[in-house]
Amino acid sequence: MTLTAEARATRTPASPSPMRRRRKAAETRAGYAFLAPWLLGFVLLTAGPMIASLYLAFTNYNLFTSPEWVGIENFQRLFQDPNYIQAWKVTALYALIGTPLKLVSALAVAMLLNNSHRGQGFYRSAFYAPSLIGASVSIAIVWKAMFIDNGIVDRAGQTLGLPAGGWVGDPGRTLPMLILLTIWQFGAPMVIFLAGLKQIPTELYEAASVDGAGPVRKFLKITLPMLSPVLFFNLLLETIHAFQIFASAFIISSGTGGPARSTLFYTLYLYFRGFRDFQMGYASAMAWVLVLVVGAISFVMFRTQNRWVHYSGESK
Amino acid sequence: MSTTAPATSPATSGRQGLPTAEHSAALRRRNQGRSRARSVVFHVISLAVVAVILYPAVWMFVSTLKPSSEIIGSVSIIPTDPSLANFTKALAGIAGVSFWQFFMNSLVLAVGSVVGITLSCSVSAYAFARIDFPGRGLFFTLMIGTLLLPFHVVIIPQYIVFNQLGLVGTYVPLLIGKFLAAEAFFVFLMVQFMRNLPRELDEAARIDGAGHVRIFTSIMLPLMKPALVTSSIFAFIWSWNDFFGPLIYLSSPDTFPLPLALRLFVDQTTVSDYGAQMAMAVLALLPVLLFFLVFQRYLVQGVATQGLKG
Repeated sequence: MTLTAEARATRTPASPSPMRRRRKAAETRAGYAFLAPWLLGFVLLTAGPMIASLYLAFTNYNLFTSPEWVGIENFQRLFQDPNYIQAWKVTALYALIGTPLKLVSALAVAMLLNNSHRGQGFYRSAFYAPSLIGASVSIAIVWKAMFIDNGIVDRAGQTLGLPAGGWVGDPGRTLPMLILLTIWQFGAPMVIFLAGLKQIPTELYEAASVDGAGPVRKFLKITLPMLSPVLFFNLLLETIHAFQIFASAFIISSGTGGPARSTLFYTLYLYFRGFRDFQMGYASAMAWVLVLVVGAISFVMFRTQNRWVHYSGESK
Repeated sequence: MSTTAPATSPATSGRQGLPTAEHSAALRRRNQGRSRARSVVFHVISLAVVAVILYPAVWMFVSTLKPSSEIIGSVSIIPTDPSLANFTKALAGIAGVSFWQFFMNSLVLAVGSVVGITLSCSVSAYAFARIDFPGRGLFFTLMIGTLLLPFHVVIIPQYIVFNQLGLVGTYVPLLIGKFLAAEAFFVFLMVQFMRNLPRELDEAARIDGAGHVRIFTSIMLPLMKPALVTSSIFAFIWSWNDFFGPLIYLSSPDTFPLPLALRLFVDQTTVSDYGAQMAMAVLALLPVLLFFLVFQRYLVQGVATQGLKG
């Protein structure tokens, strides 16, 4: 920057302003030209549809007749709809139990790997692999076959004293089964934790050792605070992810959300209402409630982060 | 788990008075023994975790070689009578469409995604990272916002519009977002990468009279190769695994990509034919696993930087 400014200053010492203004206009034009794909996509595929679905949420619309304005009726119906309440229950339980368990596993394994032992790269890749395929239909099929009646998990469980019977058909055990599937994908947050751990200066630990701090104290006073920005990022992204589970639940329940609505996740129910029953207004209302809830969660997390997230050095 | 034992730190050993040569040799030996023991413990624990994590994958592969009757109850990794019969069934396809047709459909979608994302996201990222113009900050915030936005809120109007345009049943709705940089993750990844490239390069080019197009194509793009490779791999894999998009937009089996074909296969084969289902599941995953084996470093690094700069 300084170089060009100097060069320009020596060339036009008298009045730099018209030229600079022209250059600025050219920059602006270039900026918008380069940004055009994203801008177009943002307007056509994000902002426009968001406004449209906000409108649709206050209408009844089935794709074939024109939308009919019904005010807040959809929202009133939502909260009296036992299936909708069930969808929230399933999704919230999944997010509240699955996400912390996944992150704790990710952090534990990241700490195990965060040293100079050989083979670290191999372990890191091996642990990361499930994150790439875990949400696929293929793995859902495998998971289902593993947890079926008299399947390998059932047999292993029986030897450990668990009651016999498949997990797939048992409404009390489908959610644990899907939570296990999400924990299995701990690799992605683990890689992020590991990168964060590597940035903690080792002098901090050495100084703490000199002061006689034990491993627990070091973890609580150094690792956790230094890692909190990464923890914050993982928590936010994984929570939002948890709300979007679809393929696994769809395949494992054979596209029903069953047994006994035990896998009726939010996205699944929205799919049923919108794309099976074509109740576009109702589904839009569902989508907007989700946006508001996710927005509120993000807002609370961002607002409270200065209380528990510690940014150090140059990053902020 | 920080394992700097007090004995290894010079500060503590200094505190215990002057160590004799003999003493420090013994100390070193003890430390060496201890670190070897620690290394063994590390590998034992890590390998145990690897075994648990990879068990489902290994079980899946082995199951494809077993008859269905043997799959369900058998914990064993080794098939008693390995055969490729399941693959024959899987390759025959479903609903009169062969496996290779589904494979090609998946490939068209995945390659389309890679091309679209590479083009649109790199161009947009250049604007965010290197051009100074009014509104950039606001747009950047909006772009980050879309990273957190649940996709549910846009799919219904999108579906309605594509339906009115007569594009439901084609690949247009599945690909258009990729060509319009709608996946903020990739824009963000590339912006972060470009910001770390030395500014002196483009400033030197500017002095030489190069415009933004020139700087972008002949300086940025070649330097961005690692970011482009990472994005392409993720774009390919995510498109390959995508289920929701194809599910709502495609209805004719000959247009189905593999995940939809798999679902059809599972629905239409008899419940007990797990062998064939598993074989098809494995075949569908093979390209992803191959990509992973070849490009694991790029993938892991892509994930790591994404989290750190967030």
